[in-house]
Amino acid sequence: MMTNLTDLTVAEIRAGFRAGEFSAREVASAFSANVASAKALNAFIVETPDHALAAADAADAARASGDLKPLSGVPIGMKDLFCTQGVQSTAASHMLEGFVPTYESTVSQKLWDAGAGMLGKLNLDQFAMGSSNETSYFGNVISPWRRGGGDNAPLAPGGSSGGSAAAISARLCPAATGTDTGGSIRQPAAFTGISGIKPTYGRCSRWGIVAFASSLDQAGPMARTVRDNAILLEAMAGFDAKDATSLDLPVPKWEAALSSDLRGKKVGIPREYRVDGMPAEIDALWEQGIAFLKDAGAEIVEVSLPHTQYALPTYYIIAPAEASSNLARYDGVRYGLRDLPDGAGLQDMYAATRAAGFGPEVKRRIMIGTYVLSAGFYDAYYTQAQKVRTLIARDFERAWESCDVLLAPTAPSAAFALGEKQADPLAMYLNDVFTVPASLAGLPAMSVPGGLDSSGLPLGLQIIGKPLDEQGVLNAALAIEERAGFTARPERWW
Amino acid sequence: MSVDLATVKKIASLARIAVTDGEAEALVPELNNILGWVEQLGTVDVTGVEPMTAVIPNHLRLREDVVTDGNVRDKVLANAPQAEHGFFAVPKVIE
Repeated sequence: MMTNLTDLTVAEIRAGFRAGEFSAREVASAFSANVASAKALNAFIVETPDHALAAADAADAARASGDLKPLSGVPIGMKDLFCTQGVQSTAASHMLEGFVPTYESTVSQKLWDAGAGMLGKLNLDQFAMGSSNETSYFGNVISPWRRGGGDNAPLAPGGSSGGSAAAISARLCPAATGTDTGGSIRQPAAFTGISGIKPTYGRCSRWGIVAFASSLDQAGPMARTVRDNAILLEAMAGFDAKDATSLDLPVPKWEAALSSDLRGKKVGIPREYRVDGMPAEIDALWEQGIAFLKDAGAEIVEVSLPHTQYALPTYYIIAPAEASSNLARYDGVRYGLRDLPDGAGLQDMYAATRAAGFGPEVKRRIMIGTYVLSAGFYDAYYTQAQKVRTLIARDFERAWESCDVLLAPTAPSAAFALGEKQADPLAMYLNDVFTVPASLAGLPAMSVPGGLDSSGLPLGLQIIGKPLDEQGVLNAALAIEERAGFTARPERWW
Repeated sequence: MSVDLATVKKIASLARIAVTDGEAEALVPELNNILGWVEQLGTVDVTGVEPMTAVIPNHLRLREDVVTDGNVRDKVLANAPQAEHGFFAVPKVIE
């Protein structure tokens, strides 16, 4: 019987393609067919089967001539926050609808250089601002998962990389890019039963990624296995002179060094992450994760991150402040939307363009950011937040004196229903409680599936590591993956 | 600190976002809700703490002071809402 190609992981596609079991064109065609038949999920803003097929044909030719690249034969999805030359890049906004970059982002270029092909541009929260994918101008992404027992309420895939998460989970692509500012890779990965890693800040170039909050934004891979994440991250990471915060360091061979043997490693359990009102199932999942890591040989130690409770309010000052500055570029002059009311002058055009081009959540964050940066309030809000951020980073530095990685839940709940949290922006912000601290400290962090809740929805466990220790994060995640034996997948309804 | 309608309108003006009176009124409680919540940071003792400037120690690089690109005018203008004679065009500005 023919293998179902779209069930294969990146590592399996790589192996099968190299062994001649199937062609790259067959792989790209199979995934493109799945993409085309999954419109109900709304995971893609633009489908690019021709890009995937061209890369596949190049891969097939490379195999014939013995000139294979690391990702030859692997088609992927690209979050629509990455600028792709000749392909509309929107950040899921009306502002950038129709924007066709004349250049390629560094990370996407690296992936194409490594032989990968693009199945399409994935939907996301508008300008990556959101935790549920409900702020996209192009409509909500619907999670392929449903609660059991005949409950067909459409669920959030998480955000902001919700299109990436939904597409991987539904087998529309074996892997995809994501970006993570406050949890935008990890939380959607947790909601959809896949894995994703945000590397250390500076590992992946931000050049050509539509900017949200520049001191926090990091690109990273999302896929179904830890190994696949290691493979993708090796292709995406590396120094780039075009990003002033890019780290000038060699890219480690993460995949080759994968090991789930954690003997001699210490895993810290941050006491302050036991937040009030945490569902019993999340607590049980965490205990299960502790048992997995003990079984892998790790020693468990309790640690304290005393400023944890301040991470979210710190984030919701710093991220909007940076966003208000970054998004000032959308003025209706150089690219993107222009709204020019009759007889309007330049200032009126700016205001009309930005009113028409930004969605409500984006406007809300720009307004918050503008306020906290305005004269008279800058020190009380922004400077104070940057000082608290120093304290949050210091908490982690102290924790590393007694442990190698930290284990925590990824999110305080399983996926919620679309619309459930939309009325209250604050309730939505609180969903990032476990992911934001690592973002503020620039640390590598990964979500890996830990199990299912009582209604059959995936729950994620998060590993947070020391700066530049993606290997430690991947290895601990691998130990969980091997023990969790997570094979659940959404039943096809789309 | 809480914002009132006039402050919201001022912020919108600083942010160059046109808002209707109705929108501005709706934003008052929304922004106050968020600002009231972030205000808890004021209670943190930050005596002697420097504001964070870089999450990962990194040094700012200098590059050679040479031209590394150019002659890309048409590419730069390719996505302009209105480009004329090789320039970005904007409505008439009379101050």
